[in-house]
Amino acid sequence: MASIDTGGDSGGGHGNKPGVKKAKKLSTKVDMTPMVDLGFLLITFFIFTTTTALPTAMKLYLPKDVDKPEEQNKVKESGAFTILLGANDNVYYYEGLDPTQLKATNFKGIRDEILRKKKSTNPEDLVMIIKPSEEATYKNTVDILDEMTIAEIKRYAMVDISPDEYSLVKATEAANK
Amino acid sequence: MPSVKIKKHAPENDMTPMVDLAFLILAFFMLATKFKPEDAADVKIPSSVSSDMVPDKDVFTVSVDKDGRAYVAMDNPEFRQVLIENLNKTRNLGLGNREMKAFIDAPSVGVPFAQLKSLLSMTPEQQKAVKQPGIPVNDSLGGELYYWVRDALVAYSGRKLNLCIKADNNTKYPAYKNVLNAFKKNDQNKFLLITAPEDAPVGTPLFVTRQKQVEKK
Repeated sequence: MASIDTGGDSGGGHGNKPGVKKAKKLSTKVDMTPMVDLGFLLITFFIFTTTTALPTAMKLYLPKDVDKPEEQNKVKESGAFTILLGANDNVYYYEGLDPTQLKATNFKGIRDEILRKKKSTNPEDLVMIIKPSEEATYKNTVDILDEMTIAEIKRYAMVDISPDEYSLVKATEAANK
Repeated sequence: MPSVKIKKHAPENDMTPMVDLAFLILAFFMLATKFKPEDAADVKIPSSVSSDMVPDKDVFTVSVDKDGRAYVAMDNPEFRQVLIENLNKTRNLGLGNREMKAFIDAPSVGVPFAQLKSLLSMTPEQQKAVKQPGIPVNDSLGGELYYWVRDALVAYSGRKLNLCIKADNNTKYPAYKNVLNAFKKNDQNKFLLITAPEDAPVGTPLFVTRQKQVEKK
């Protein structure tokens, strides 16, 4: 048990003179067990309540809605890369501006495709267009935005899927079943 | 033969260092703990490689759970008061002082304006028990969430307000697109998506850049 040295038996310099009554020395030992118990209880409590991994924030800048088509940014065909997010974590993509060139992949495969496109394209022309479909989940969107950060793509945009593309995605999904 | 008497010691060991250490750890955890703010929405956030921290003040958070129900929360009670007073006036909510006080104390709110009065007249315990239906965001104008965002911006009147979106992994795209619309209709185009931290995958450009940054330091 934790104890405090009272110095009782050693170093008592003065001898026992007769007539001088020696005060009875009480032990100064304190039983620390309850305090320690409580200490550990609190430790366990704080360990369990503490949130170790604080959430991070992902910045998302959306373009302003532009009504006039002439004010919208034009995308060069050689640099365009469109990613469509389908149901059940499926990813579809096509290069250029022709949606019929649609290819199916998944979140593992899309990274290589993005990096390949990044390598083979003039950085100034490269634009990634992300189009989540109605079945895509929030996780899919965050994941694909994350892929942009991972591949260090500077220019990307998140826009709505067009009905043509949506039906193409649906058709591909049905064919791959 | 006189036997040598061995003095018997009690088998005590000194606990002081252990206790010292225990309390040191206790002090550390007490200081490091940040209690999770209560949230009406049950949201499992996705992870991202982003390394920015969520700002700890002036935050306006819209939480979207997996069924697309939206909840709003604002951290600063001072501005919460301004927000609810504004909303009360502009949307004719008919809230009394008691209900407004309840709003300032409530962690997050996710009911249509029509039900706000009845929700806020409950005690905090009752509020927790009740399943909130979410703020309507169904139309392309952002629904009622538009007014929440508008009046939150009015309350901050030009000062920086961090707009955060916290959505569940399985929230469907249309649900949070509507939330984005509610912000966009207010001319807000910068958001923070709240995510859990994750490391950059090995071998990717981001990984290489981060390695270089570490080496520089």
